[in-house]
Amino acid sequence: MKEISIETRQLNLFYDDFQALIAIDLQIPVRQITALIGPSGCGKSTLLRVFNRMNDLIDGVRVTGQVIIDAENIFAPGMDLLALREKVGMVFQRPNPFPLSVYENIVFGLAVHGLARRSEYPAIVERALRDVLLWDDLKDRLHHSALKLSLEQQQRLCIARVLPLKPKILLMDEPCSALDPIATLHIEDLMQKLKQEYTIVIVTHNMHQAARASDRTGFLYLGKLIEFDETAKIFTQPAQALTENYISGRFG
Amino acid sequence: MAREHFQNLLRGLEQELVGMGEMVIAAIDRSVQALKKVDKAEAERIIVDDARINKRRWDIENQCILLFATQQPVAGDLREIVSFMDLITNLERMADHAKGIAKIVVMHDQTPLLKPLIDIPRMADKACEMIRKSLTAFITQDVAAARAIIDMDNEVDALYEQIFRELLTYMMEDPKTITRAVYLIWVSHNLERIADRVTNICERIIFMVTGEIIGN
Repeated sequence: MKEISIETRQLNLFYDDFQALIAIDLQIPVRQITALIGPSGCGKSTLLRVFNRMNDLIDGVRVTGQVIIDAENIFAPGMDLLALREKVGMVFQRPNPFPLSVYENIVFGLAVHGLARRSEYPAIVERALRDVLLWDDLKDRLHHSALKLSLEQQQRLCIARVLPLKPKILLMDEPCSALDPIATLHIEDLMQKLKQEYTIVIVTHNMHQAARASDRTGFLYLGKLIEFDETAKIFTQPAQALTENYISGRFG
Repeated sequence: MAREHFQNLLRGLEQELVGMGEMVIAAIDRSVQALKKVDKAEAERIIVDDARINKRRWDIENQCILLFATQQPVAGDLREIVSFMDLITNLERMADHAKGIAKIVVMHDQTPLLKPLIDIPRMADKACEMIRKSLTAFITQDVAAARAIIDMDNEVDALYEQIFRELLTYMMEDPKTITRAVYLIWVSHNLERIADRVTNICERIIFMVTGEIIGN
């Protein structure tokens, strides 16, 4: 097994009395794409949000167990959340660029985190836009509103926006569900390029996307991690009958 | 182009297919060389080496299954992967025919061959040329080339009939030659079947590119 990027140990998560994640033990390898699949309400998005503690914003959430990133339990007291979210970037379901220019969207995080000098911004913007294959399209429109872009471009921009912070991990919560099929395939191609530098964890309700685009797949059901293995194995010879029934469309 | 990752997987599979084709061509060539010299040790090695070709076939098949399971191929991509599976089956069977020739070498007693080999190596060369050309036509999706290769099979059939008639004459003249003549007929039959299998590949190429099913 490759080097581990994220490890969970007996992770439990409760929304008040409801237990959304049950004793999850998981090891996500570095610089691979890991997909989390399962029917609605299975806990996959909850698990994803655990990795940069987005669930903290929800009332009544309680977590037990450990989540280790860079040899550190991110739920340990005194954890620096700003530093964590710098390291673990997030891309959401609907493209959500700030109502600012393309350029300002990309430097926004740098300014918040105070990570670079202003004189470095232009080079950083170019690099980020090149990484998501937007530079050629947008280099002459850097100061136009990001909201004028197509949905696919907006989603690429949202990915580009995360990169200047030099995250190690990119979390993607259904990043293609607002996109048409061709734009979806383009984003999947982009993920293949990005995984050379970043660990990617993607939640998708589209199991075909998990099959196409990921290296490892985790199947969750009713808060439990039923199976976690290489995507090739999950989609040809899953070990659990429940996994097979789900991926072959027999329930869920 | 979208789906770069998938396209790369397909191109990789093509390379593996060509590699398997080269292994099969080498097996055919070695089996005919072993026959020329009645080299039983080499023939035994060819029989053992056939397992490597079988393994390559299963490796490629597994990769095809993986592409079906993970990439949802449709239309041309679907026909291409279906064709991969058919091609490797045909190539694997060709290698079995080469192994069949090697087995005949092993069975051959120490007496020299009935006659110096002339048309059998010619058949083998022709069959190997057909395999090479068919794999190139597969990679380049060249339907015209595939049709031309199918026509080449007639030349192999003609050689087969010529060899058969010649050996029949030997047997009628001297019944003591029958065993060795039958061995050579078996060898040429194996080569003839190899060329037939190349025509299967060519029909598959036409199917892959046009969707048209030919052959009967």
